[in-house]
Amino acid sequence: MPKMTLSHFEASLLFAFFTSIVLGVITKRTDRERIRYAAYCFGCFIVSIFGLSWLMYLGHG
Amino acid sequence: MAPTPVSKWAGVVALAWLIPGGGHFLLKRPGRGALLAACVAATFLLGLMMRGAFFQPKTDDLLTTVIYWGGFIGNLMAGIPYLLANWLGYNQADVAGHVHDYGSKFLVAAGLLNILAMVDAFEIATGKKD
Repeated sequence: MPKMTLSHFEASLLFAFFTSIVLGVITKRTDRERIRYAAYCFGCFIVSIFGLSWLMYLGHG
Repeated sequence: MAPTPVSKWAGVVALAWLIPGGGHFLLKRPGRGALLAACVAATFLLGLMMRGAFFQPKTDDLLTTVIYWGGFIGNLMAGIPYLLANWLGYNQADVAGHVHDYGSKFLVAAGLLNILAMVDAFEIATGKKD
């Protein structure tokens, strides 16, 4: 099994990507709604990642 | 409304646990099953490739107990991928480093995503969802 080294950002992006797909698939009824909701969740993850990252950066001083 | 007989959904939920997406295939939802299987498998494989550690159940103070038992249950809920990795001897020690940390979390996340898939399969099997 090859070893993989990812940055915090890359790992967070991958987590957000797969989790968004699952949330889209299980919560909505039509394919169109699923795609839209998955994209929405992914967007929320991205905003949270950047927001929390800046918060930690500024809080760290 | 009368509860759905256990026999109607138990097999589906058990299969959904053992084989991620398997419950959906049994319920003739191959597209959703394939997507869920791919997401759970990819998350689990990324966890292995980042050399994440599996949680072992441990009882100590409340926080330790919740973290280790919670992590163990999360790992276990990934089904066959977890059992297979164990049987094939994957035994990564819990070492310091952000990549290993992310790996451990990805391994638990795979199990949590599979729980969502199991709940979805349960709701389809009991007719709460189409």
